[in-house]
Amino acid sequence: MNEKNDIDVEAKDITHHNIVSQKHLRHFLDIENLPKSLILDILDLAESFAGVSGQPVKKVPLLRGKTIVNLFFEASTRTRTTFELAAKRLSADFLNINVDFSATKKGETLLDTLRNLEAMHCDMFIVRHPSSGAAEFISKNVSQNISIINAGDGRHAHPTQAMLDIFTIRKYFSDFTKIKVAIVGDIHHSRVARSLMHALRILEVPEVRVIGPKTLLPNGIEHMGVTPYVDMDEGIKDCNVVIMLRLQNERMSSSFIPDEHEYYNLYGFTPDRLDLIAKNGIVMHPGPVNRGVEISSEVADGDRSVILQQVSNGIAVRMAILSLSMQP
Amino acid sequence: MKYSKEQTKELLLKIENSLRNYLSKNNINNPIIIGVHTGGAWIAEWLHKALGIAGSAALLDISFYRDDFSRIGVNPRVGVTEMPVSVDDRHVILVDDVLFTGRTTRAAINEIFDFGRPLSVTLVVLVERNGKELPFSPDIIGERLELENDKNIKLLGPDPMVLEIVDKK
Repeated sequence: MNEKNDIDVEAKDITHHNIVSQKHLRHFLDIENLPKSLILDILDLAESFAGVSGQPVKKVPLLRGKTIVNLFFEASTRTRTTFELAAKRLSADFLNINVDFSATKKGETLLDTLRNLEAMHCDMFIVRHPSSGAAEFISKNVSQNISIINAGDGRHAHPTQAMLDIFTIRKYFSDFTKIKVAIVGDIHHSRVARSLMHALRILEVPEVRVIGPKTLLPNGIEHMGVTPYVDMDEGIKDCNVVIMLRLQNERMSSSFIPDEHEYYNLYGFTPDRLDLIAKNGIVMHPGPVNRGVEISSEVADGDRSVILQQVSNGIAVRMAILSLSMQP
Repeated sequence: MKYSKEQTKELLLKIENSLRNYLSKNNINNPIIIGVHTGGAWIAEWLHKALGIAGSAALLDISFYRDDFSRIGVNPRVGVTEMPVSVDDRHVILVDDVLFTGRTTRAAINEIFDFGRPLSVTLVVLVERNGKELPFSPDIIGERLELENDKNIKLLGPDPMVLEIVDKK
């Protein structure tokens, strides 16, 4: 199940043509190769967009006349709707295409679907796909003037989620070089964890820990500059930020954990574990939350939890990424 | 070429006086003063204090309302728009340092209307220069200038505020 260095397996053939310059994005496919300055630019711009949601008219005319398509090959609620709101708050025209229910079911190939959308003069595709590298593949097979945003591809990357996570962290801890961050749970299947580890490395977070049962920690993960822990209590001790991950049962081909109850006892964020993290520590979760599996309701709804702020921040951060990727 | 501190101050006092007269002539009490980021915001803050209006002046960063996004994109360094009160049914005094093409004024007025429906908008500028591309006429002007095409005028500040004429890059 865990081949050597399997952390790299999914991503090995994925090259990078994310950016056109240190300041401008061409596509937004992953975080791995982004310069730190550009990541900070995105966070700063998102800060400005955050104010738009508080205006009487929650809209700015920046992307008026542009057409953005959500091209989702996999179920999603939060990501899909926050992208839709982000695009609409930028005044773009917006289409939601749920590929599960559309022409591919009638036998049309992916490339044919793309050709058709191109013919409708769309400017940007936001892609979610169960296969790693799908967003990259699409970016190489669309015409020059179309930008691709990766909204999650297989186990590879979920860069906008990682951006909104670090945006949320910065709200509480302005200096990334002074915090300890723990990512807990199903690291093996998590594209969120992969993108986060890259983002935290680029932002020079000195200590990133990954916590989970051996079966869910990829071999060779320490090569990503993180420290693996099998013991949850030891791993979250004194951390300023604890990011809980969802147990991705739908991606598990064989048995990775004994049972959910056992998992909750060993790796669930229970209220008593709050005493272990730093006094100013916060608890995050990208959602959807499995209450009683990886986190208790008391913690998820408690005052240390910033889970709903992550959702709100997702709109502003995605507005920043959409507008920076729609550069001329 | 730099204006002196005193010359700039003189222009500021001139627009302050004209604005007082304008407000009393038009029976405008308790207006909202809105400055355009960055120079206009400094002047707005200054006028706000000088006129003894309560609270703080509003601030517009018009970056998201510019008309050249499809040519130059968005600059990530965008300030935050601060609109402390509703503009609905209020008289708005829109303040900028320089009126040049009028495109910033167009963007600013569009942005103001996303915050509500003001009763009126009065345009105050420290300097109006040649090169207008849109039909805006300021109601109150510190000084009118004819500048060569390769020159820009900008306000340095906020304390002290000083006008400077520079070569376009």
